[in-house]
Amino acid sequence: MIEQRPSPERRKASAALDEARLRQQAIGVRLRQMFDEVVNEDVPEEFLEILRRADERSQGKS
Amino acid sequence: MAVAAEPRAAARSPADDAGFKKELVQLIPHLRAFARTLCGDATAADDLAQDAMLKAWDARASFQMGTNMKAWTFMILRNQFYSEKRRSWRQSQLDQEAAERTLVAVDDPEAPVALDELRQGLAMLPAEQREALILVGAGGFAYEEAAEICNCAVGTVKSRVSRARRALHAILEGGQYDRDGAAASDAMRSILADADRLSSVR
Repeated sequence: MIEQRPSPERRKASAALDEARLRQQAIGVRLRQMFDEVVNEDVPEEFLEILRRADERSQGKS
Repeated sequence: MAVAAEPRAAARSPADDAGFKKELVQLIPHLRAFARTLCGDATAADDLAQDAMLKAWDARASFQMGTNMKAWTFMILRNQFYSEKRRSWRQSQLDQEAAERTLVAVDDPEAPVALDELRQGLAMLPAEQREALILVGAGGFAYEEAAEICNCAVGTVKSRVSRARRALHAILEGGQYDRDGAAASDAMRSILADADRLSSVR
């Protein structure tokens, strides 16, 4: 990559921009982490039980 | 004879149902997570997710296999949530309070402080911004899919997400969230520590 020499002001501005971007990125990581915590929980047996009963009902109908 | 006969029931084979069911089961964890972000309260969220799952099952004849089932079930869940909400608008107040406490009902002592603040920050966002941000930022949906789920234009989702991001950032940095005694900058410091780690990985 070619080395660029931006002015100090420019560098400062882009550093601030980088930081803002990083912060947003970090918030995004947290957000996914929070969501995934629930995704990774064991599914309560009740869900499968409800679906199983519904499946049986519909098979009984046909 | 049932009055509400399924229109395309004759075309469905047991294999279709089995395939549908298998896919639906795989989506349950995601439905639970999405419901948790809408309801806050974990028990209410599971009730909502179960209702949505059943609704999806009952409507399976209208689902086209091969299309995005995750988006389809999320849309069902969301509709269910808002139709219930219309019936009991008072609930929203409770939801808001519950969301601040229990968006994730796990207390991990290892978890950095910012996760708690993030939850509170999210709870402070308008519902439409929160759901857009969750769908795109955490649920892994494209803007187009999120628009379909929320029944609005793609541009609307984009602007909601960007407004939500900015607001969340401001809330976390400004410490507008309500937490007794905790320094406002704690959340941001912890998030920045994350940012450092991220940047060193990449």
